[in-house]
Amino acid sequence: MARAESGTLGRRPAVGFVLPALVLIGVFLVFPALWTVYLGLTDYRLTGLAAADPQVVGAANYAEALGDERFRTSLWLTVQFVLGSAVLGQAVLGFAIAWALRDRRGPLKSLTEGLVLLAWILPSSVVAFLWIALLDRDGGTLNAILHTPGFAWLLDHPMASIIVFNVWRGTAFSMMLYGAALENVPPSHLETARLAGASTLQQLRDVVLPHIKGHVLTNLLLITLWTFNDFTAFQLTAGGPEGRSEILPVYIYNVAMSGGRLGFGAAVSFLVLVVNLVLAFGYLRLLRSRGEVRPS
Amino acid sequence: MIALRGLTKEFPGGVRAVDSLDLEIGDGEFFALLGPSGCGKTTLLRTIAGLETPTSGRIEIGGVDVTGTPPGRRDVAMVFQDYALFPHMDVTANIAYPLRIRKVPRAGREAKAAETASRLSLSELLDRRPGQLSGGQQQRVALARAVACHPKAFLFDEPLSNLDARLRLEARTFLKRLQRELAVTTVFVTHDQSEALALADRIAVMSAGRITQLGTPSEVFRRPATTFVASFIGSTPMNLLPGVAKDGVLRVAGAEFPLPDGAPEGEVLYGLRPEYADLTTREPGEKGAFPGKVAVVENLGTAHLVTLECTDHLLQVVVPEGAEPPPGTAAWAVPRPGRALLYRDDTLVGGA
Repeated sequence: MARAESGTLGRRPAVGFVLPALVLIGVFLVFPALWTVYLGLTDYRLTGLAAADPQVVGAANYAEALGDERFRTSLWLTVQFVLGSAVLGQAVLGFAIAWALRDRRGPLKSLTEGLVLLAWILPSSVVAFLWIALLDRDGGTLNAILHTPGFAWLLDHPMASIIVFNVWRGTAFSMMLYGAALENVPPSHLETARLAGASTLQQLRDVVLPHIKGHVLTNLLLITLWTFNDFTAFQLTAGGPEGRSEILPVYIYNVAMSGGRLGFGAAVSFLVLVVNLVLAFGYLRLLRSRGEVRPS
Repeated sequence: MIALRGLTKEFPGGVRAVDSLDLEIGDGEFFALLGPSGCGKTTLLRTIAGLETPTSGRIEIGGVDVTGTPPGRRDVAMVFQDYALFPHMDVTANIAYPLRIRKVPRAGREAKAAETASRLSLSELLDRRPGQLSGGQQQRVALARAVACHPKAFLFDEPLSNLDARLRLEARTFLKRLQRELAVTTVFVTHDQSEALALADRIAVMSAGRITQLGTPSEVFRRPATTFVASFIGSTPMNLLPGVAKDGVLRVAGAEFPLPDGAPEGEVLYGLRPEYADLTTREPGEKGAFPGKVAVVENLGTAHLVTLECTDHLLQVVVPEGAEPPPGTAAWAVPRPGRALLYRDDTLVGGA
């Protein structure tokens, strides 16, 4: 079958079809990545002498980054951001909404899904502006609702603000993914558990989770990577105040663009890439081992 | 005992799946809910289980009103059509699952699972996962899970319909023996009349959310209360021929019978099971036979189903092996005395 297909298409036309895509990927993805690796080994700067004639400094950038207090704080903030807004926030909230809406029909379901989706499809600059309007110290909506005039949410609780913001913004994806996953859970299995007297938590543990394990891993992989690399928070706090919400993408921007140290920024970017790869491999291994355990 | 009083289940949109239904099912009874798809039998079973909330009416199980009780506290066990075995648990864990929810210690529930499994000849399979079992084995594991927790009642939703034809007969016998041994009140839903006849102590034939007829298999088979039941029960459908009763004589499709006492006059439907008539190729002297020409002969294995073309109507007769006439010959169908039924307005009005 496969033989017949490759026979009808032939090697040359196949290469011809794939080549344009490969060229695009090469030019816009592979080359910049390799270029970043190269830049990370230099003292390349935005301005000055090193901009005209960058020198290769070897692993000095990496050594500096790993020894830098600001980098390590930023890494720790990113871990908080990912665990708080992606794993605990988006995944748990998205699942909760999908579970609550699973058997419902009609306007309530459409309305909830519509609102959650809206948060996801709005352009990030618009969303950031909306949230600044919500959290503003003087004219903010939240202060008006809570009767707490003058409370500076973004200054006093910058991490909490961007975590809540990212949960609000990204829950839709998890909700939709879990909504689709829950359709795969046979109703008779849930009903068998109910007839045995299982509580909702026991039903989730014994019936739902085993059925949607693969979906959970895929969801966590994707939202972890997205959140790890998310830059939208910059539009809310720009990493401040005093770097208290400076997650890694923001840190890289601040160092490379504002600070002008392109070489150092490239080195940190490469470190982020390595972390992402490690995360992705971890999840994929889990997914694969799950596949082996299943019989037939 | 399971008692249903004025039970109604209406779905949003106004569909009445169960319509003010009254029913009492005795202790240890094997009870069949039989009907075509969409008649409300599965909804009724699910309402007894507590998976559907009735719109009105009451449900009692063992003398206790359970109308508002959640399914887990009704002490019933249900076996679903797809068996609903948990794919990530082995057979032991599946059988012991209800016991685990009831916080029976591990050793106790595993012993119980092993004991139940040996009773259902599953001992060899305790470590397997459902994906490694055949359809018949899966069904027995599902039964074992229901049996292991000693419920007040079993509820089976189409228990045999996912098995292939040969296995189904075997499983049917097995199921009947198991129910007899356990003597637990059992309600099962089926669309297969032969299954209901073979298994049940009593059958409720349902149509449009109501019970059309309630009775033992032989009652339902011999004296169907309506033409709907008459045409639904029996592996070969009952012959239903229009006739006229006048001046003490019943005229149907070229045959004449004396009208039995008490039978009303006027237009009637004459019902005769193909099994309850004899076919002869020699003209009988009397008028109480249907004259016709053999149109089709179908082989049923040990018998033949002969379709006779009478005046304006077709009549089917089951003829024993070797006695079937070739198509085209003239033949007479003689009903056995006392086996024919008369219907008026779809309701049974007497025998003939």
